[in-house]
Amino acid sequence: MANLTSTFVGIKSPNPFWLASAPPTDKAYNVVRAYKAGWGGVVWKTLGEAGPPVVNVNGPRYGALHGTDRRVIGFNNIELITDRPLELNLREIKEVKRDWPDRALVVSLMVPCDEDSWRNILKQVEETEADGVELNFGCPHGMSERGMGSAVGQVPDYVEMVTRWCKQHTRMPVIVKLTPNVTDIKAPARAAKRGGADAVSLINTINSIIGVDLDAMTISPSTDGKGTHGGYCGPAVKPIAMNMVAEIARDPETRGLPISGIGGVTTWRDAAEFMALGAGNVQVCTAAMVYGFRIVEEMITGLSAWMDGKGHGATADFVGAAVPNVTDWQYLNLNYAVKAKIDQDLCIKCGRCHIACEDTSHQAITALVDGARKFQVIDEECVGCNLCATVCPIENCITMEPLVGIDPRTGREVGTSYANWTTHPNNPSVKAAE
Amino acid sequence: MAVAERGACPKGGNNGVFADLHAALTPHQAQVEAERCFYCYDAPCTTACPTSIDIPLFIRQISTGNALGAAGTILEANIMGAMCARVCPTEQLCEEACVRNTAEEQPVRIGLLQRHATDALLADGRQLFAKGAETGKTVAVVGAGPAGLACAHALARAGHAVTVFEGRDKAGGLNEYGIAAYKAVDGIAAREVDYILGVGGIEVKTGTRLGTDVSLDLLRAQFDAVFLGMGLGGVNAVGVAGEDLDGVFDAVEVIAKIRQGEPVAVGRRAIVIGGGMTAIDIAVQIRLLGAEDVTIVYRGEEARMKASPYEREVARTRDVRIKTGLKPVRILGLNGKVTGVEFAGPGGEMEIIAADQVFKAVGQKFLSGEAAVALEGGRIKVDAERATSLPGVYAGGDCVAGGQDLTVAAVEDGKIAARAIDAYLRA
Repeated sequence: MANLTSTFVGIKSPNPFWLASAPPTDKAYNVVRAYKAGWGGVVWKTLGEAGPPVVNVNGPRYGALHGTDRRVIGFNNIELITDRPLELNLREIKEVKRDWPDRALVVSLMVPCDEDSWRNILKQVEETEADGVELNFGCPHGMSERGMGSAVGQVPDYVEMVTRWCKQHTRMPVIVKLTPNVTDIKAPARAAKRGGADAVSLINTINSIIGVDLDAMTISPSTDGKGTHGGYCGPAVKPIAMNMVAEIARDPETRGLPISGIGGVTTWRDAAEFMALGAGNVQVCTAAMVYGFRIVEEMITGLSAWMDGKGHGATADFVGAAVPNVTDWQYLNLNYAVKAKIDQDLCIKCGRCHIACEDTSHQAITALVDGARKFQVIDEECVGCNLCATVCPIENCITMEPLVGIDPRTGREVGTSYANWTTHPNNPSVKAAE
Repeated sequence: MAVAERGACPKGGNNGVFADLHAALTPHQAQVEAERCFYCYDAPCTTACPTSIDIPLFIRQISTGNALGAAGTILEANIMGAMCARVCPTEQLCEEACVRNTAEEQPVRIGLLQRHATDALLADGRQLFAKGAETGKTVAVVGAGPAGLACAHALARAGHAVTVFEGRDKAGGLNEYGIAAYKAVDGIAAREVDYILGVGGIEVKTGTRLGTDVSLDLLRAQFDAVFLGMGLGGVNAVGVAGEDLDGVFDAVEVIAKIRQGEPVAVGRRAIVIGGGMTAIDIAVQIRLLGAEDVTIVYRGEEARMKASPYEREVARTRDVRIKTGLKPVRILGLNGKVTGVEFAGPGGEMEIIAADQVFKAVGQKFLSGEAAVALEGGRIKVDAERATSLPGVYAGGDCVAGGQDLTVAAVEDGKIAARAIDAYLRA
């Protein structure tokens, strides 16, 4: 069986599955249950400064976007950082780390933007023997109104400044958690690196309104008739998160900076995808909140079986393996072409490929052949866009087959050479051949 | 012979004996089932529906919490959507065509979803339809069954004044009198009729039969157009000795009595002669009413029975025996009372089955009510527009040639005829 042991910025854990800083890691009771269930590590729910803790609303904190059968595909929260006293959290962290030395325990932090605040709390955390800290520069609701969380993460100079303070005042590894509520994730990632961060973790949640109550005319869920934006997460954000992870992984300025991947990880496959794009490990929250801690069993066994099948002895074997294949659009091979192919034996004749193509794309799929209901690709029209395969309800019924030879749509030869937009004659800023 | 008077229940009160054949879907079940629909293009289910209900649309409407909108979609195509949801052989129509059969041998339960939507509308009570601006034209509709009411409803929406002549005491036709009670619990047939008539502009004259109370000539003289939808008024005889014995019944009469909550005789051993839906309906109901041993005897092979495989399954799971390949030769009796039936097998061998009740369910026949329209195969001849041989006279439902003896087909006839009548009146 593959070795799932993970070492992330020097922090060892028996597997790369950590619970993210969030409600599931707010106290010892939950964290111990998570360790018992098999989680490799946790990032303890964000601690604030000493003194009276923050208070949460007493109305609903969570909302969800549901798919078929009320599957939670997107999740929204307005919970703040821990609302328990700092001392209590620190005491529990110390006890838990003492009792579970083989598991990763990282502490998430969020204090005001002054050096003393950070120095003080780092000193207190060090005394717990925790493995590291994660700077919460991502929380988009409540805390950001007080100049913390994403209010810091959205200003690269602040990210760099606070990261630098933290690196100066602690021997612990410093992971900087990034907010996705920015136009270019590379800017805060570069700032974190300049500040000396050991790693970045991303994404935190995305500003969101989950729904509108059309009777009360307010955001749903609401607190006494008023609503506010929350932070969005769950499977729906995974594509956004993976893009941001890949952007950082392939950016020359941040290349090699360790990344902890977060955002909709629900299965072993999600984790493997994040890791292939450069994440050294992954953090999970929504899936645990929806299904409970035992989902980690599926993740462990699934990743292990896949690694065995691929001959990967350790996670390092495939971390970042897909990064070289992430590129800019301009470098995609314009001499490569695919055609959709419909397996008539698998086709159930729902016709969705036809109407999708007919109404919204390239009129390349028949509805009738010789008067009978039959869905067949017209190669002369098919641009290989993949829409039909995307909407088909049957797995592998429609496949995109690479074409070698003359494309009947364009009459041009494809599949035998490489040419991209940078050299294309239609490109007004085409580079002259050197 | 012990023939007890049982089953005497007030209207709608038969539910204890005749529990609903299917439980209605709960809101959660409806949601789960609705989400199974693939929303097919040019959907095969819609093509398979005689009334062409836009099934993917109404299921999508259910899935988005718009059950009343779904009901509107259904009723726009089939004003008897509530009863059709219960009596349609969906396994041979929409659900047979569902592409989920190919995907996983389990179609979307379209019939139950249709019922979910139409039940929601009837419970809500709001009227989705209104009569049209008055045209000043009048139409006589003969028969307040599915064909007649569908035609009347469409004509009222078009603005014509409609008078429906119904021979029985109540409107509804076979939905009210000819369908097994367990398919129409809680007075659903009557509630649906009330909803249909709620459009306004339709007057129903019950107890008025064509041929005895009114004549076609009179209707043609007094109305601008006539629609004939009187169904099949006669019952076929088995054509063997002994049909007049005490204990021999016409199945349709007994079914009507059960539906109206009137007392019916229930014996210990019953034989049902026939192979259609009526045979199943009487056999299952008489068994549920307490008959200990009920046998349906059909003359041909089972595959040729008009009762669908599903209907036969309903019968068998309720302890009704089905014997096939036996042709009735004579009904046996003693002291004027039936004691059994003698049948001839395929090879001519004789078989006697003892019984204290025999129900004849060998089909119904058209009674013209002395209407002088051209016939074809014993029923009214119509063209594609449902026009008869007489100008301004249209027909549909079971009384026309080529009919499928299905409620849903009768509704479609009524719809088509109404369109043709409207065009005729506006010409």
